[in-house]
Amino acid sequence: MDLYALSIHEAQDLLKSRKISSVELTRAVLSRIESIEPSVDAYITVTEDLALEQAEAADKMISENATQPLTGIPIAVKDLICTRGTATTCASKILETFVPPYDATVMAKLLAAGAVMTGKVNMDEFAMGSSTENSGFKITKNPWNLAHVPGGSSGGSAAAVAAGMCLGSLGSDTGGSIRQPAAHCGVVGVKPTYGRVSRFGLVAFASSLDQIGPLAKDVTDAAILLQLISGYDPKDSTSIDTPVPDFRKALTGDVQGLKIGIPKEYHTAEGMDPDVQSAVQNAMAVLKNAGAELVDVSLPHSQYAVAAYYLIAPAEASSNLARYDGVKYGLRDSSGANLLDMYQNTRSGGFGPEVQRRILLGTYALSAGYYDAYYKKASQIRTLIKNDFASAFDRCDIILSPVTPTPAFKIGENIDDPLTMYLSDIFTLSANLAGIPGLSVPCGLSRNGLPIGVQLMGRYFDESTILNAAFAFEQATDFHTLRPKL
Amino acid sequence: MKLTKEEVLHVAALARLHMDDARIDTFADQLGHILEYVETLDRLDTKDVLPTFHAVGTQNAFREDIPAGHLDREAALANAPAADDGCFIVPKVIE
Repeated sequence: MDLYALSIHEAQDLLKSRKISSVELTRAVLSRIESIEPSVDAYITVTEDLALEQAEAADKMISENATQPLTGIPIAVKDLICTRGTATTCASKILETFVPPYDATVMAKLLAAGAVMTGKVNMDEFAMGSSTENSGFKITKNPWNLAHVPGGSSGGSAAAVAAGMCLGSLGSDTGGSIRQPAAHCGVVGVKPTYGRVSRFGLVAFASSLDQIGPLAKDVTDAAILLQLISGYDPKDSTSIDTPVPDFRKALTGDVQGLKIGIPKEYHTAEGMDPDVQSAVQNAMAVLKNAGAELVDVSLPHSQYAVAAYYLIAPAEASSNLARYDGVKYGLRDSSGANLLDMYQNTRSGGFGPEVQRRILLGTYALSAGYYDAYYKKASQIRTLIKNDFASAFDRCDIILSPVTPTPAFKIGENIDDPLTMYLSDIFTLSANLAGIPGLSVPCGLSRNGLPIGVQLMGRYFDESTILNAAFAFEQATDFHTLRPKL
Repeated sequence: MKLTKEEVLHVAALARLHMDDARIDTFADQLGHILEYVETLDRLDTKDVLPTFHAVGTQNAFREDIPAGHLDREAALANAPAADDGCFIVPKVIE
């Protein structure tokens, strides 16, 4: 077996028993990147020298029996997580030259555990998009079919895992940006409960929705990564001081008596692809067969989620992105006559069209005379959506739904129609509005050979139960072992 | 629904974005289209519903006011497009 194709837990065992070294493993992944990056375009920066240095240090840790769960494991990091000394661009021209002077808390945790960083991976600019077509630098291709998008915004993170260009990766999820690309690329992706993982050093898009999470080859790997990055951080005042359970220990595969809610609104949505529908129904049958009980539930305000989200997220973004002014870091266009020209030229030249569209939309929604009609109204709807989940979870332990209405679309297919692109987030963004955890696990292939994912959502801070249900599904199926042929 | 040219220019000015004629129409169209869609929210009566601004509902996060480590000036200025003598340089603001 090629070393790059290993899962994290397989590699861990081989490293621990000294059958392979981290340097060998890292070299295998770097040479995999070298050979297929020209066709996949997953990376913005490959940190080859740094990775080999870290791999040597990891081998030393292992030789001293100081191994931690991720020691020596090559990991890719979405390019909006600050990495000290390595450019962090957010796939934006405005941050092309930005080299953070500090590490994000999740990075510090990875490094302390002896992980190896292979580089920074591509995304939609500032995480705004569902396809990576909004990257300011390159479009990542879906490793299963290079004419299709990998999903987004964490498209580089998902493609890199699927194609063996890292063993696992970190992404961020504001409205589905981990779960949707994970589904499109046939890997596991977890959006933790809001507040479970520190956002310190995560470049902000919509602060009340953003959450960092893992993308991995299987549920066990996702649990290992989530374990490492979780926990309260005094540097993030929205992180929550609550115990972090042992996620891997929770993977018993036992779902006997587990109540799985099936929201009728999600399974009768318009525009559902028949292949997605049958793969998701099959997933329901598999879990039922494993002993779970399917329960009908209702999320009556689901139909309003997209509209509420596309007011709240742009409103927060318009405020967060005000900091890019050409003064403190990043691009500066000083061709104009005065300070105002500098602000405007820098921002108009540095931000791509989707980012400018969302800044304008958010500014409009927050502007005098419109605040009550748009931002406040959307925040009230957010309460109703949150209450929907609370009542549903009175009747069930987890909720099962599709991740996306269709498999990955073709590159260029939706790029001129922002609203259609937004509507493809319909099943994922409610979890961000409500703050609950959600994951995507592979559950089939379409007739065209593109991966399909099923989404499991859980109660606040109950990632364990959705991870275990996904693990039970994995035990009964072999979708997680399928890999694209490249 | 389409935004007027004046509305687009007003919002762009608030957002400190430069707006040339070629883009005004595109943005007016696209934003209008999105705003029309979000107006579906008006179907719901939310008079008595409290807004949610934070999903998990944390209270204010306080800590002791103890001086701690911070970036040194050189590191903080290292990414500046223009800096000198420990300061960011910007175009002249006051005549």
